[in-house]
Amino acid sequence: MAFDDAYDALTDHEDDTRWAFGTGFADPLSGVPTSVPSDVDGTALATYCLMLADDALVLSHRLQEWVTRAPEIEDELAIANIALDLLGQARLLLTRAGEVEGRGRDEDALAYLRDPADFRNVRLVEPPDRDFAHLVTRLLVFAVWRLALLDRLTGSRDPILAAVAAKGVKEVTYHREYAAQWVVRLGDGTAESHRRMEAALAAVWPLTGELFRAHPTERDLAAAGVAVDPAALRSEFDAVTAQVLADATLVSPMVQPTDMDGGRDGVHTPALTGILEQMQAVARAMPGAVW
Amino acid sequence: MSGAGAAAVAAAVPDPELPMLTLADLGILRDVRESGAGLVVTVTPTYSGCPAMATIRDDLRSALADAGYSQVEVRTVLSPPWTTDWITPAGRDKLAAAGIAPPGPAPRRAAGPVPLVLRPSPPPVRCPHCGHPDTERLAAFGATACRELRRCPACREPFEHVKEI
Repeated sequence: MAFDDAYDALTDHEDDTRWAFGTGFADPLSGVPTSVPSDVDGTALATYCLMLADDALVLSHRLQEWVTRAPEIEDELAIANIALDLLGQARLLLTRAGEVEGRGRDEDALAYLRDPADFRNVRLVEPPDRDFAHLVTRLLVFAVWRLALLDRLTGSRDPILAAVAAKGVKEVTYHREYAAQWVVRLGDGTAESHRRMEAALAAVWPLTGELFRAHPTERDLAAAGVAVDPAALRSEFDAVTAQVLADATLVSPMVQPTDMDGGRDGVHTPALTGILEQMQAVARAMPGAVW
Repeated sequence: MSGAGAAAVAAAVPDPELPMLTLADLGILRDVRESGAGLVVTVTPTYSGCPAMATIRDDLRSALADAGYSQVEVRTVLSPPWTTDWITPAGRDKLAAAGIAPPGPAPRRAAGPVPLVLRPSPPPVRCPHCGHPDTERLAAFGATACRELRRCPACREPFEHVKEI
């Protein structure tokens, strides 16, 4: 678009929508029918939407940290696009959470004004990446798990969850392929890349147990045909990761039972506090600011 | 003013990210109908994170206002999810003319888990510049989520391809 003044171009609209999030931007579910099945508990549904939204939101921000730092421009584009897909999924789910919660919170209030203890993401998405091997290892684990989850969620009785999942399946299929191909390339690469992949697996694998432990909210909503019981994802996750690791000449680490759990209840690592401080700083410093 | 006139105006609005295509060419304009005093226009996003949706809503309202439709509601539908199969034949011709290889048929899912193919052999993509029948993929993601980067081994030109989803 041609313009003389970038600021004017950003603000010169015929209505009050603006070109940045946190600014009265039209919500992503604008105009979407949003009825809730009458027998579904709105509070539980809101909590479940927050779980799936926060998983995507926090990992999206970890991925965004690689922009300007990726090894090649092609990977920078890929990582940015994957982060954008996850941010889009998070926006839809946060908006849905705010609607069914009924306390007047929109996606911005939920993203920017909640404290760490109110986030419901799994701990897998929290730690900063150690290196590129860690990035692709975590992304593989996340994408394999989330694809299995979203694929089942397309049958949800909540029409918004089902629709968000159906779109997400197409997106996360590409994310999983990207991560898997890098895991194979690095695992079956040089001695150094193989060593780094082993270190990444050792760091990420202890965080996978939480992915399959059903929170009571997930269990209740799964029984009602709204959510997916994460325990049901284990066999697909094991089969797909085994396929990738075998091709990559890697073995999955023996994982000891750990207490690395609790993300769904708001019990997080200090890493989440750090990333939220950065993400929320401007919105909290200037509440209600519009720019 | 008739609903058919409004439909033609909405259909002709260009896509912000692929401006050689109209919203109708891209297949994201799902419905235009008169409802009471106003118009209801229904669109669907290409990807969940599509940053162009707000602009698309603005552009629709603006184009319809210019055509005399002052009461316009733009609704979003998420289901059924957009597929590249909805890009029209005219849209595919316009993409190719702009040097972007149009998508082939979207993949069909069999029952069961989504298969992971570590060394995919997708159908060949024709070079939009010289017409060479097979080209190589450089990267699975391009300037937007819906495009990938490719290169032609014959004319050596890089180009973008709209990925099948």
